[in-house]
Amino acid sequence: MSGDTFFFYAFSALALLGGLGTVLLRNAVHCALALMTSLLGVAGLYLLQGAEFLFAVQIVLYIGGIMVLFLFVIMLVNLDQASKLQQFGRQTPIALVVALAAVAAIFSMLSKSAVLLPASVSLTPLTGGNTETVANVLFTDYLLPFELVSILLLVAVVGSVMMAGKRTE
Amino acid sequence: MITYTSTDHFVLLPGLLLALFGCAVLLLDFLFPKDVKGRGWLVGIALSGVGFASWQSWQQYLYLKAHSMTPLVAFNGALVLDGFALFFNGIVLASAALVMLISYRYLEDEKEHHTEYYALVLFAACGAFFLNGGLDMVTIFVGLELMAVSFYILVGFLRTDKRSNEAAMKYLLLGGFSTGFLIYGFSIFYGLTGSTNLAALATVIPARGANDPLLYLAIVTTLVGLLFKIGAAPFHMWAPDTYEGAPTTVTAFLAVASKTASFALLLRVMLVGLGTAREMWEPLLTGAAVLTLTIGNLAAISQSNVKRLLAYSSIGHAGYVLLGLIAGNQTGLIGVSIYLLTYAFSTIGAFLVLIALRRRGVAVETIEDLASLGKRYPYYALLMLLFLMSLAGLPPTAGFIGKYYIFLSLVESGKYGLAIVGALYVAVSLYYYFRLVRSMFLTESIEAQVLAPSNGVRLVLALTGIATIAMGILPEPFLRMAAISLGR
Repeated sequence: MSGDTFFFYAFSALALLGGLGTVLLRNAVHCALALMTSLLGVAGLYLLQGAEFLFAVQIVLYIGGIMVLFLFVIMLVNLDQASKLQQFGRQTPIALVVALAAVAAIFSMLSKSAVLLPASVSLTPLTGGNTETVANVLFTDYLLPFELVSILLLVAVVGSVMMAGKRTE
Repeated sequence: MITYTSTDHFVLLPGLLLALFGCAVLLLDFLFPKDVKGRGWLVGIALSGVGFASWQSWQQYLYLKAHSMTPLVAFNGALVLDGFALFFNGIVLASAALVMLISYRYLEDEKEHHTEYYALVLFAACGAFFLNGGLDMVTIFVGLELMAVSFYILVGFLRTDKRSNEAAMKYLLLGGFSTGFLIYGFSIFYGLTGSTNLAALATVIPARGANDPLLYLAIVTTLVGLLFKIGAAPFHMWAPDTYEGAPTTVTAFLAVASKTASFALLLRVMLVGLGTAREMWEPLLTGAAVLTLTIGNLAAISQSNVKRLLAYSSIGHAGYVLLGLIAGNQTGLIGVSIYLLTYAFSTIGAFLVLIALRRRGVAVETIEDLASLGKRYPYYALLMLLFLMSLAGLPPTAGFIGKYYIFLSLVESGKYGLAIVGALYVAVSLYYYFRLVRSMFLTESIEAQVLAPSNGVRLVLALTGIATIAMGILPEPFLRMAAISLGR
């Protein structure tokens, strides 16, 4: 097993275990920390792909910025009641069976496929820095979706302000 | 180097106008007084946005017609302007305008009248445009999310209403989950082609050969996401709860604009991207269509809530449209277009009657609330009868033309079994639609005072009513419109 493969599985395991912890743990602070682990795993995967810019953004923005906000909110909101609620419904065993079956199906399909990637697709070496390449692609090939995302974010902001706004009778 | 050519501008302009007017509504909110009149001005601005976008779409149509309907590709193949996109954009624009006209008084009555509503309707329509015309998977995905996020907020717009909150929450969670499947499928497509363009996908598939497991996995996961969006079984569970809990005006918009644009996307992905892998997705879609028809029509029988009943019937309609795609010939595609057009007007009309009948303090909810409507409000009862006949597919209404073309295409392509199943479920649907009719005309009821509907509601009722009749009696111009969607 080469180093890359080893780290791929290590980071993937980190991301998956973190995700599971986010859903399964009862204490909200523990959940937030598990989510942080999961995001860290994903950041590692970005690094393995040679996407240094995404790696840095993932660490600074998600783990540095957003998670701290998460923890602040959890501190300010009284979560005693929430931790006493029943966490899962009665359908959990059925959901578990369905999820495992889906995983098995996906796994068998992936393993049966002889050639995963066509030979023509290969990672092209970057000219210039990683950040520069990302910026170039964003503003040329993906200009339209990039600009469209700004409207999407506006809608999300308007929506959250609306929902959190004062209830006027 | 950023390039933005005049072609890019021309293709993008209608969607851009919708987004700009949406921003304008949000920004100008401060200038107008927070009363009925001030909000009226903002509704006017939002409606003029739809007007300008429609005018620009008309210019696009004239241009395409002058160039023998050759598709116009913009943004390095991310967005395309063809008859197909134009036709579905038209349905989205029409439904946005109709919904905004009827929302004014409705939101006033619900005491949740905020101008953000109109901005969100415009943004949702803008997102739908990128589903109708998107060729690039990233563009499609962002457009899909723009539409979906706008709808999550609109569904939960009645913030003090528990059911509206519940509906929004369910829609958000399930919607996010289904989007995960869709983007997983897209990511495999990207891995297979090295390109995010649907056209590139079409060139790779023949080389991969039939029944390639990886391709199959990508198709299945993409279909999960798309079938969720069109509300087809077995991913329909959100629809009844969301349709019931959402503000009725939003329900109408969701049932028409979201479903139409998602069908446009489904057609585009299946026919442009995966057209050569037909033998892989056709059995899957056939199974989904039969299941959708069964669940939609059988579950509708036992509903006592009118909005829930219409939600299940809308699930059933998705099944018929899928049959048109499965038939796969030209007639089938014309059938899909004309079916979605007729469905749009009949559905908005049916929900509109419920809005118009809103009573002081309570909305019309159960079938009993419609009792003896024929005596109390004969005009509304007759209009409701007309819309229900159209939804059931009876001549001389619009719905008949749509169903006729779907069945014709099935017979032409030799899929008699599916045609028979479809016809059987038409009979089932007659039963539950006429339960409503029976309640309206044959039962006695309590006296209840109905609020006088606004002029907007009257106008839209008249428009949808006339359209439903006109499409049934004089289908020719509407069939010509549907032919535009095939680039003719």
